[in-house]
Amino acid sequence: MYSYIVRRLAVAIPTILILIVLSFFLMYLAPGGPFNSERPIPPEVMANIEAKYGLDQPMWKQMLDYVTGVVFRFDFGPSFQYTDRTVNEVIAQGFPVTLTYGLWSALFAVVVGVALGVAAAIKHNTAVDYTAVGISIGAQALPNFVMAPILLLIFTLGLGWLPGGGWNGGQWNYVIMPVIALSTSYMASIARITRSSMLEVLNSNFIRTAKAKGLPMRRVILRHALKPTLLPVISYLGPAVVGMITGSVVVDIAFSTGGIGQFFVNSAFNRDYSVIMGITILVGVLTITFNLLVDILYAWIDPKIRY
Amino acid sequence: MSMQTDTAPAQMGEIQGRSLWADARTRFFRNKAAVAGLIVLILVSLFAIFGGYFAKFEPDYVDFSLMGAQAYRGVPSIETGHYFGVDIDGRDLYARTVQGTRISLLVGIVGAMVAVIVGTLYGALAGYVGGRTDGIMMRTVDILMSIPFMFVLILMLVIFGRSIFMLFLGIGLISWLSMARIARGQTLSIKNKEFVEAAVAIGVPRMTIILRHIVPNLLGIVIVYATLLVPEMIIFESFISYLGLGIQEPNTSLGALINGGTEQMNNGTLWMLFFPLFFFLITLFAFFFVGDGLRDALDPKDR
Amino acid sequence: MSIKMTLKASTAALLVLTGGMAYAQATHPVTGEALADVQEFTYRVLDEHSSTDPGLVEDVSGSEIIRDLFEGLMNQDADGNLVPGVATGYTVSDDKMTYTFSLRDDAKWSNGDPVTANDFVYAWRRAASPELASPYSWYMSLMSIENVDAVIGGEAPLEDLGVEATDDHTLVVHLSQPLPYFAQMVTHSTTFPVHQATVEAHGTEWTKPGNIVSNGAYVLTEHVPQERSVRERNPMYWDNDNTIIEKVTALVINDENNALTRFLAGELDRTEVPAGQFPRLQEEHPNEAISFPSLCSYYYMFNLRDGAPEALQDPRVRKALSLAINRDVIVDNVLAGGQTAAYTFTPGATASFTVPDVPTASMTQDERNAMAQELMAEAGYGPDNPLSTSIVYNTSDAHRSIAVAVSQMWKQTLGVEAELANMEWQTFLEARSNGDFQIARGGWCGDYNEASTFLDLMQSESGYNDSKFVSAEVDSLLAEAKTSDDPNPLYTRVEEIIDAEAPIAPIYHYANVYMMDENLVGSWPVQNVQQNWYSKDLYFTAN
Repeated sequence: MYSYIVRRLAVAIPTILILIVLSFFLMYLAPGGPFNSERPIPPEVMANIEAKYGLDQPMWKQMLDYVTGVVFRFDFGPSFQYTDRTVNEVIAQGFPVTLTYGLWSALFAVVVGVALGVAAAIKHNTAVDYTAVGISIGAQALPNFVMAPILLLIFTLGLGWLPGGGWNGGQWNYVIMPVIALSTSYMASIARITRSSMLEVLNSNFIRTAKAKGLPMRRVILRHALKPTLLPVISYLGPAVVGMITGSVVVDIAFSTGGIGQFFVNSAFNRDYSVIMGITILVGVLTITFNLLVDILYAWIDPKIRY
Repeated sequence: MSMQTDTAPAQMGEIQGRSLWADARTRFFRNKAAVAGLIVLILVSLFAIFGGYFAKFEPDYVDFSLMGAQAYRGVPSIETGHYFGVDIDGRDLYARTVQGTRISLLVGIVGAMVAVIVGTLYGALAGYVGGRTDGIMMRTVDILMSIPFMFVLILMLVIFGRSIFMLFLGIGLISWLSMARIARGQTLSIKNKEFVEAAVAIGVPRMTIILRHIVPNLLGIVIVYATLLVPEMIIFESFISYLGLGIQEPNTSLGALINGGTEQMNNGTLWMLFFPLFFFLITLFAFFFVGDGLRDALDPKDR
Repeated sequence: MSIKMTLKASTAALLVLTGGMAYAQATHPVTGEALADVQEFTYRVLDEHSSTDPGLVEDVSGSEIIRDLFEGLMNQDADGNLVPGVATGYTVSDDKMTYTFSLRDDAKWSNGDPVTANDFVYAWRRAASPELASPYSWYMSLMSIENVDAVIGGEAPLEDLGVEATDDHTLVVHLSQPLPYFAQMVTHSTTFPVHQATVEAHGTEWTKPGNIVSNGAYVLTEHVPQERSVRERNPMYWDNDNTIIEKVTALVINDENNALTRFLAGELDRTEVPAGQFPRLQEEHPNEAISFPSLCSYYYMFNLRDGAPEALQDPRVRKALSLAINRDVIVDNVLAGGQTAAYTFTPGATASFTVPDVPTASMTQDERNAMAQELMAEAGYGPDNPLSTSIVYNTSDAHRSIAVAVSQMWKQTLGVEAELANMEWQTFLEARSNGDFQIARGGWCGDYNEASTFLDLMQSESGYNDSKFVSAEVDSLLAEAKTSDDPNPLYTRVEEIIDAEAPIAPIYHYANVYMMDENLVGSWPVQNVQQNWYSKDLYFTAN
């Protein structure tokens, strides 16, 4: 088990380096620098700006400086777009926001999704099942950029219950709509995975035995069926949690939450190289971490798996 | 999504070739939801291919007299020939919906095909060859999987300008990875079967074995995975359209049309959202049902 | 002073103030209107502002904040006229090359230090310095300050910049050429003073709340990037007694429809109206939907470079394309927000500019279409030899709608096939300045309120002349206008040449289209075409 974790970490490090180099090249090749504006900047001013950010250095030197800065000093450099800010500050500000509603969304998606899936499986081929399947397929198909304005029309404009956007330090009423908009499609996926997994488990011999022994249904489900049912859900969670963090782009734009997704898209549009690279690396590291966590959790729950 | 298919059939090869497919067909057609989904899919495809012949207007034709007056005169109506009304730019929404459905289906199917072909071949090769090659190939997949491709795709579209090609490339790049993993797993369980060993014994070249004997036996799982991948691709494209990075005007996709309709949601022209969203949703529903049906049908475990 | 102490000091001052003004608060000191109890202004901005450093700021939303936080030599009033700021006035030498500003002696920084002429000298040198590398140092060279280009290029020391403080309250500026609109230019944020001790103590961090020391009517109290920035009354401001708005909040909201929803829910006092929604909003909220002209033009430019497609080198083709654009449809149906059809480049809202009666303007659209068809036929294009071209524009719903409409007008009238290509802003700028386009969307807003800010773009050597239109006659007319007492006839001639040669096709003149709290509308400076608004001049009336 430990050697497995060590091996996974050993793969993670080159992965991150590849990620850094890849995004650096994409940025380097990009037409349109971060300092273009509608009015052409005189060449002498441009030279001053490039010298300030070290962009006049040869490419390999820029890359080397960047990589060493990130690896040894954990310094992602200054933002090109916002002179009073470093990338570290941008991440320090946006990431907690994204993480907060990302994790709430994950929790919401798992709890509701699993409940829905279990209910549908137990009441297989009844009205409960069809309703649950209907809800989850609908929720999975409705794009969140459609859901967000609908939520706004209902809860902000219609009922006046919730503020229409902003973050306000993460006050609960600002978090609700982003969480709903972000989590529903994942909730739906989880419900569908749980349902089919539960159906399979309920058909398996050990559950049939348990039922035959006359154990109460509730006990069978909670004590015996739930754990194996959750295995596929757990392996889905790694990509899903990362998806909730990268997928926050829509939510950030629709609710002006100021999370990492909004920073990423704005930086991509503005060619703010250092911010783009910083966020890409951060999300890459997150992906690796969550996948690792999920695998460990998986191994812990399922004793059959040996590494 | 990958997980559902991970648990899929391991014993497919054990069942005799022909009866497997016949069995599967029978099982599939017994599943009402799946059959309904299939019918809807056929109808939507017919709509996408032939719907244009019934349009009274070209999809890029702007009726200037309706511009700015959509809420009064651009409403859906049989008499004016604008069956679905007009869009915000005064174009016939029926013609645009046909066009958008066609493009969305195309993006979904081509994206899924790229993923399936690349992923299957890659996975089959890794699984069959095994050993060091397998290790390197699968570590590469691991590495690529931890790159946030959503971000990379946004970057590619922003930087190199958008085109359908770039969209296919980006979407294909993202989705072949899990296919490769699944295909490899399947291959591992097939490669020690008697028929493969027999082929090796009589000296059939390695590539031929992979293409003739391994890949056909992966077909079931590949089809299931592909059907479930198509709706994902369509959702993905709609997200890209929302960011303004999707299909170029005057072409359109369902995602772009829905986004346009959402912007006008408050403006008394709800049909601009309703029609494209309707086609978007029924297409996705249909793919989900057909995909689930196929999985149940092709997975002999789940009786 | 620590943050805590600053806060205490300002709360104390506020208490005194509200106590002392309890009676006066009820009505406006000048107009006598009844004032609302709560004077807090919250507005939407599309994007995070680039900076709150006057030397670095390069966008409109940043300048709006800086005009509240800092005060320059001169301000603009509600009509855009010059009024005293930190300077009480100025004198000009006979050769119009030396400006002497006299500074008021009661102007203070928010930490209590007096504002002196040296603060301006420091700020101007800093803005031009290679070390700061400001993307807006071009503005300093536009001001034609002596030696400015050498200083920016690093060939001359900062001290050579033609600005000096002869005493604490006298600032002298030496120009390299006479500039009739120089005094107008010092209302721009790049020329605002900065507090040397603060900049030197905090480096790039000096604009953060808690560090920043400013001399305007407000101080920056909170800034959450991509979410909000808040500025509050500065009790040290010399004219604090006449400031009514207590607190101003700018909220970053990328999506304009979301912003509109939030305005309607009462969360905002001002937001932009999305294209095409103005008529409905005006009907439903007649007191809140407002539209007024602004100093900006929207146009399509043709690529006249060598090596660009042959067809567009023919003035007849360009003229025909321009004629076939039905501007009335675009302003009335596509945008529908009070914009005006443009047949000249310079907007009619420009000060002391009379819109010349160019031939195209006086025709009906049918006549224009007929003439366009004739010109196209003359140029050798017709049904059997259709012209095909492409339009590039930066990604935006409004630009898309206009491009779709224009390409259809060309198709329906002239049989021209125009491909559409939208690009992200940075890619678009790159393509346009490299000449990598056939027809491109352009927009231009006046830097100052005079026709030359537009027409100079048509000058052959101008860096902003992305069409690369070369005309010796235009060049000499524009040069003559610089020193002429009545440049209007010269400008008219330039506009006539633009109309005849059609290096660009003007489409419309912008309007500011807002949803605005009905109690704020009264004090909003709608007559200020540059929209240089100051929160200190705004107020909410009581219902």
